[in-house]
Amino acid sequence: MNWLQSNLQHVGELTALHLLQSIIPVIIGTIIAVPIARFAMGRRRDGRSTERTTSAGKLRRGLVINSAALLYTIPSLALFVLMPLVLGTSITSLLNVYVALTLYVIAMMVRSAVDAFDSVSPVTLEAATAMGYRTTRRFWAVELPLAVPVMIAGLRVALVSNISMVSVGAVIGIQSLGTLFTDGLRRDLPAEIITGIVATVLLALVLDRLLALLGSFLTRWRTA
Amino acid sequence: MNIFDKTWAWFTADGAWTDSGGIFQRLLEHLGYSGLILFFAALIAIPIGLWVGHTGKGENIVVGVTGALRALPTLGLLTLFALWMGLGLTAPVIALVILAISPLLAGVYSGIAAVDPITVDAARAQGMTEWQILTRVELPLAAPLIFGGLRNATLQVIATVTIMAYINLGGLGRYLIDGLAVRDYPRMVAAVVLVAVLALVVDALLALIQRALTSPGTR
Repeated sequence: MNWLQSNLQHVGELTALHLLQSIIPVIIGTIIAVPIARFAMGRRRDGRSTERTTSAGKLRRGLVINSAALLYTIPSLALFVLMPLVLGTSITSLLNVYVALTLYVIAMMVRSAVDAFDSVSPVTLEAATAMGYRTTRRFWAVELPLAVPVMIAGLRVALVSNISMVSVGAVIGIQSLGTLFTDGLRRDLPAEIITGIVATVLLALVLDRLLALLGSFLTRWRTA
Repeated sequence: MNIFDKTWAWFTADGAWTDSGGIFQRLLEHLGYSGLILFFAALIAIPIGLWVGHTGKGENIVVGVTGALRALPTLGLLTLFALWMGLGLTAPVIALVILAISPLLAGVYSGIAAVDPITVDAARAQGMTEWQILTRVELPLAAPLIFGGLRNATLQVIATVTIMAYINLGGLGRYLIDGLAVRDYPRMVAAVVLVAVLALVVDALLALIQRALTSPGTR
């Protein structure tokens, strides 16, 4: 407690940095993942997705999902370290974390966005077509909103794991709440590490709760 | 020489594989740590998951705990336990067991809970004991989801064991941490390739075991 009191400002700054590094990749990653997932589904003529009927659709779907899973085998530490090589940034640049974690979010969200679009009943899409919705409008007005609940569930998992992964950047000197872990180990200060763990978990709980609220706000018809 | 040539040169250097601290030794360490961690995690997660899935008691607790465990930063636990227990194997193993419990428990619990209650009732009506229902009906039917959880946990553990090198242990993370200290990129690229290939090979093996062990009816 004493340690926290005398370092409150430092912890606050690190929390803000941690927040940035966990939220930005989730937003960018989701914006990229959703179209990829929708592409993997193929065209849904008459409400049915072609992936079940054609082998090309099956192949495309498998390819998209498996290449996303492949990304997941690369340790986050390794990805942080490799980013400067690809991006030409300095090793402690925040950009490394943004890009690396965005890749993870894409890997996670492609999968759950495919599940989310799968969860939309073909009958509903047929009904929308019958009411005169054309493909583009049907996607924005019917398919996407109905996919939101499953997508939010995936997003919550992605965000919470992201928050935990951001701290690994501290090993290569990128500032976040993880800095409290590396610094605490070096200076033999358990209080500093515990502060970091508690702050990380609190951050995860609060953001998770906010996402859940956003989910129910976006799907008000479910409670109305 | 570009980075790929340099990495290739690193892989093919004299004694790169067989020396002390060479690739074979680091691979074995990495596999050993991962196996040990998964073993202890399974020892804790599987009985709890089976019991909760079968009886339906404590479902909310399991869902809450698996969510909360995911939020715990592994690096934080690793450094904290290292301070408390010293720089041995115990501290990182406990930290990573905590990481692995979450996906394993979720897989076992949801697998058992997802078995159709009508099937379970039918087994009960046939006169099966609760133990027989669990081992002969629920477990085979839950196998795909349980393996899903196991593969998930394995991928996470193999990827995360790399940070054990941060507290002076071995494994493939050694190449990352040591390479980073002297900005030796070929060595770090090699570490990434090795960890990714190891994860893919182990996952493929688990997929084969899964095929062999699951009943054709549930595939």
